[in-house]
Amino acid sequence: MSPVLLLPIGDRWLIESRGEFEGDFRRTGGTGAYAGPVNKHLDYFELDYIANRYLTVTTGRFLTPFGIFNERLYPIWIRSLQPDPLIFPIATGSSDGAMLRGGFPLNAKANMNYAAYVSVTSIGLGGVGSERLAGGRMGFFLPGPRIEAGASWQKLLQDERSNAFGFHFAWQPVRLPLNLRSEYARSFQGSGYWIEGAYRLTQVPFWQKAMRHTEIAARAQQFFIGQISYNDAQQYGLPGVSTREGDLGLNYYLHDGLKAAASYGRQFSSDGNLNLWTVGLAYRFAFPLGRLGTQ
Amino acid sequence: MKATTIAIVLSVLVLVSLGAAATPPGKKVNTVAAIVTNTDNADTMRVQGELRFRTNCGRCHAAPHKFPPRMMATIIRHMRVRATITDEDMRLILFYVTQ
Repeated sequence: MSPVLLLPIGDRWLIESRGEFEGDFRRTGGTGAYAGPVNKHLDYFELDYIANRYLTVTTGRFLTPFGIFNERLYPIWIRSLQPDPLIFPIATGSSDGAMLRGGFPLNAKANMNYAAYVSVTSIGLGGVGSERLAGGRMGFFLPGPRIEAGASWQKLLQDERSNAFGFHFAWQPVRLPLNLRSEYARSFQGSGYWIEGAYRLTQVPFWQKAMRHTEIAARAQQFFIGQISYNDAQQYGLPGVSTREGDLGLNYYLHDGLKAAASYGRQFSSDGNLNLWTVGLAYRFAFPLGRLGTQ
Repeated sequence: MKATTIAIVLSVLVLVSLGAAATPPGKKVNTVAAIVTNTDNADTMRVQGELRFRTNCGRCHAAPHKFPPRMMATIIRHMRVRATITDEDMRLILFYVTQ
């Protein structure tokens, strides 16, 4: 469960927060009741100030803007495939500090967006861990052909003091209900990419009532281990060895906010090949905590 | 040295943003204000809003529930920050989703 809290103040301020509660329940020895820990994590707790149409200032704990998956595609009701990409742990997570960000039109055919941030704390606590780092992301979006491309950079200001960089590309063809996305990331931990396509079956000429609620998705990805040990990689949430993976998924949108999802993936590595099955149900809902008024 | 570099980069970004903010709005084309004053047409804004919704929001998710306008305004302010949607797109999308 990932509750999001939004608290607007006046016309320019916004407090926003998201927590994550994840239970891992198993039956010990294959019998008895399901039991296990519930992991708690604070993804972000930030104060946003919309300074003008080009700049928003954010302070507090925020999602690290590296690539597009962490900020935009992570929520389970948005993502097309439930498993995270292999390279997801590279340079993402949460940061504690300040950030400048914004998006504005360069001309009638192109928008630019940017984010620059500094994370000033180094916290080792599991639920609110972060590192000292600085970085930025810049992207360009062409609304006509619906193409977005951008690059991210991050400098770790502790330990290895290493650099990480990445690229992202997304295309949503106007004539097709198709969503293509990809990311590349590289750091001392390793490098890799993922390419994903999600196709909504609205144009299929048969069983249209069901097909327009159905989406098929596929992802190909590869991870190359960097200058870290097997155990360190696993601590970062990365595969311990270079790995390839292919995933196929099927999503059915029962109605707005309620989605059934299933996927199958096959992972190939020197650690051993394995199958990855996921079945899930995601429900998103919103309700007001205060008086709504009329405006 | 590195901290200085970072500070310089951040300062430049602030100045660029503030400089851009000082640009006379009259020089911008295709702004919300232009659409409203030139056409004064709610239909045009609605069509534009739907288009902006599809090109911005539709890249990640389908159209959400119909929420009350004030709730929708908060959600769109959140999405403006999260997805770095432009101010113009945000206003047109808000108009579209609250109609």
